[in-house]
Amino acid sequence: MDLTLQVWRQAGPNAPGRLVDYPAKDISPEMSFLEMLDIVNENLNAQGIEPIAFDHDCREGICGMCGLMINGLAHGPQLGTATCQLHMRKFNDGDTIVIEPWKAAGFPIVRDLAVDRSTFDRIIEAGGFITVPTGSASDANLTLVPKEVAEWSMDAAACIGCGACVAACPNSAAQLFTAAKIAHLSLLPQGQPERWTRVEAMVDKMEEFFGSCTNHGECETACPKEISLDFIALMNKDYMKAKFKNRRLVSQAG
Amino acid sequence: MAVTESPAKGRRSLWLLDLYGSAVGKKWAMALSGIVLLGFVIAHMIGNLHMYEGAAEMNEYGEYLRVIGGPIIPHTVFLWLIRLPLLAAFLIHIHAAYALTITNNRATIDKYKQPREWLAASYASRTMRWSGVIVLLFVAWHLADLTLGWVNPDFISGEPFHNTVVSLSNVGIAALYIAANIALGMHIFHGAWSLFQSIGVNNPRFNQWRRWLAQGLATVIVIGNISFPVMILTGVVG
Ligand code: FES
Repeated sequence: MDLTLQVWRQAGPNAPGRLVDYPAKDISPEMSFLEMLDIVNENLNAQGIEPIAFDHDCREGICGMCGLMINGLAHGPQLGTATCQLHMRKFNDGDTIVIEPWKAAGFPIVRDLAVDRSTFDRIIEAGGFITVPTGSASDANLTLVPKEVAEWSMDAAACIGCGACVAACPNSAAQLFTAAKIAHLSLLPQGQPERWTRVEAMVDKMEEFFGSCTNHGECETACPKEISLDFIALMNKDYMKAKFKNRRLVSQAG
Repeated sequence: MAVTESPAKGRRSLWLLDLYGSAVGKKWAMALSGIVLLGFVIAHMIGNLHMYEGAAEMNEYGEYLRVIGGPIIPHTVFLWLIRLPLLAAFLIHIHAAYALTITNNRATIDKYKQPREWLAASYASRTMRWSGVIVLLFVAWHLADLTLGWVNPDFISGEPFHNTVVSLSNVGIAALYIAANIALGMHIFHGAWSLFQSIGVNNPRFNQWRRWLAQGLATVIVIGNISFPVMILTGVVG
């Protein structure tokens, strides 16, 4: 396959960026999208051109490093997968592929296609700890969790923090990420002691960096783990409840 | 630790203002005020069906709204008891929308060069701000036209049937009403679904019902409201 890439090149966080055309020749349909970029970069290197910077790590859809906006779609045209799991057979010979980094005020561009997603870490940090008994491991079924609940919690825990939800959102809102991170704890008994303080702290932190949800649903379709919008509703409900309950905590503390 | 910081925040300001200070809180305000406004729009549409009964019934209905609760409650007081919360809901809805739009504009300073391909966002959801502004302008016109009579030269106070017919017999004004109601319908099409999401009333089993409810409400309201200019223009009513 011969393709033309239009890649976002930007020398640094504050440098101006623009789309630059690069040919991608002799690409095998069996290659992953990132392997295709590797080939292009090798060619650029050989020509003495600075290779395209892009993030990646596991290349099997579990680390969440590899987010790219491909032809106006977060993680490209294949739904329910990350960029690293996208294969070139999804494209046709002669195609032009536009590749841009995630663009959101909360994700400043580091260079080319690599963005700084440490605002997500700030949200996780705001969530704080969960109280668990330390010491030797307790008996396996000491704390009972209905299977459906465990699975629902796992659905939320599948979030790999790639940022596609923010990138796909017309408001650059991080609701789906934050809701998933809140829900995977708040659904389980182990997450209960800090449930209300956690939701309030994480939502407040999220709002420092990101936009506000207008319920478009783009995040849900962009998510490589197909995390449900239902978690956002749960977060909204819990946030309101927390505003009541946390006040009671304050009054208890005198 | 953030865990212990957060509750203390509530002590600093009034609880409700504290909640409204957050974007999630503003979405709650939008949803709840939206429910109030939606209730009004439905009642308004149903009430106006008296137009089809004729002038006497329509005018009687209009007057009845002013005498409800009488003679214990003075004339038009009940009406104002309805109007004031409505006005409050209207202002809250607009303020929250305005504030959230600013938040979102700040969060989206960077734009993609390649136009986005929308997979889930509907036309209605992406044009909420526009349909909202259209409805706002229309409400201003509508009040000036049929409540206050400022832009309606033939306006006779206390005769809504006559006022409506003279106003909507004008093709231009009728077209304005039709266009504005389509915008209102689109606003409700997204809003009536979206509000459940904002207040977390959500059950996977009923999510499809929420869609149907929003589609049904939008359809009924648009058809009901547009029927008035259409029927007046075609001479069925008047
Ligand atoms: S590289 Fe790890 S998810 Fe794609």
